[in-house]
Amino acid sequence: MNANSAPTSDFPIEFRGVSYHINDIPRSPIVSNLSLIVSRGETLVLLGRSGSGKTTLLKLINRLLLPSQGEVLVDGRPTTTSNPIRLRRSIGYVIQESGLFPHFTVAENVGLVPTLENWDSARITSRVAELLQLVGLDPAGFSNRRPRELSGGQRQRVGVARALAADPPILLMDEPFAALDPVTRTELQREFSALSRRLNKTIVFVTHDIREALLLGSRIALLESGRLIALASPRDFLTLDHPEVLAFTASLSLPLSKGVSP
Amino acid sequence: MTTWIFFLSHRSEILDATLDHLTLVLISMALAIAIAVPLGMLIVQHRHLRSIVLGIASVFQTIPSLALFGFLIPIPFIGGIGRRTAIVALVLYALLPILRNTYVGLTGIDPAILEAAEAMGMTNSQILLRVRFPLALSIILAGIRTATVITIGVATIAAAIGAGGLGTFIFRGVAMVSDAVILAGAIPAALLALLADLFLGLLERRLKVA
Repeated sequence: MNANSAPTSDFPIEFRGVSYHINDIPRSPIVSNLSLIVSRGETLVLLGRSGSGKTTLLKLINRLLLPSQGEVLVDGRPTTTSNPIRLRRSIGYVIQESGLFPHFTVAENVGLVPTLENWDSARITSRVAELLQLVGLDPAGFSNRRPRELSGGQRQRVGVARALAADPPILLMDEPFAALDPVTRTELQREFSALSRRLNKTIVFVTHDIREALLLGSRIALLESGRLIALASPRDFLTLDHPEVLAFTASLSLPLSKGVSP
Repeated sequence: MTTWIFFLSHRSEILDATLDHLTLVLISMALAIAIAVPLGMLIVQHRHLRSIVLGIASVFQTIPSLALFGFLIPIPFIGGIGRRTAIVALVLYALLPILRNTYVGLTGIDPAILEAAEAMGMTNSQILLRVRFPLALSIILAGIRTATVITIGVATIAAAIGAGGLGTFIFRGVAMVSDAVILAGAIPAALLALLADLFLGLLERRLKVA
């Protein structure tokens, strides 16, 4: 690659030799020299233990963080050159728990980005109703509730609806279902899996749960100490013999050895 | 019994002094809020100003109130004898509790909420006005409540520099060695403080976002 040419990329998201360390202390990088391409319309799962750098990677995409070295390109443009406000409004973001504004109603939460973008109120109202329907919440019953009046699962549904409000082409999800009880979590994972196929968005999904990764990912990127150590489709992922991969797949087979299910 | 008789015979005078007192407090509080709340917002956006601003406000708080009134008298424009000087002193006193609570309230927001706000593409000023401020409102109000109660008390001393109010009775009573006259100023002042505390407490609970 010619170093003088303006960097471009045909992919919605591309990491090029990205390192990230806090306060210019390069000795203990959170992400080190990582290159990764996310294709249009795929759901890329970033899998890893706590502290492996997966959330940092997500925040590098919507410029909540800037790389210490290398480049992150979103729609072909390095994040360093893009306007952070415009960039973030074109990327949906769902985080673990809360994150919803407690002083806003469900409708106000979902309609936030359209409001910031000065949509007219009729358009916002119909968009909010459409989105609540999409995530399985009855608009009539939920629009005027406050987040504290919702269950954990309902809150995450609202969080997904809010992220989709302005129809962003990219969706970032940071362990969105991790804080839910197992039954609700499975329910939401299944629904989201179906939803993501219909939406046709480029999704980057962070999780430490290998089941979730296998269920939702079109590809799984495994991170360890800020390095990308495996990148494979769910089917191939299970056959890899890297020790960290085995550590994750072993956690998967634990209940099997107890004879819970074949 | 003499207290009760004094109250009855001077009721219109006491009522006038109470209204004067209340006016003094309301004007001072309005000014203090108008200064301290925006200043609190400013030091959230510009953290390096924080220690200077809070430091200065703290210094005013440490000056004994009677001394502060005295210091202001010779200062041109804001000083002199009368209500204006008293208001300046009361504003300086009320600043710290409001300022400190504004700062604490605005910075004590759940980081997940701030992260979401930033990630959704809200600008810093949108986050301040639409997220931080409404969520901090009950804490800011708690500061206003503290400041109001303090101001109602300190305002009695304003009578020493001719600002009127309920302190007039207290100073007169001290000079006359008359409990009845002192109480004519002290009781309405205490009642005002209690009522203000009660009312602002109710408002604070209503504004609280769980």
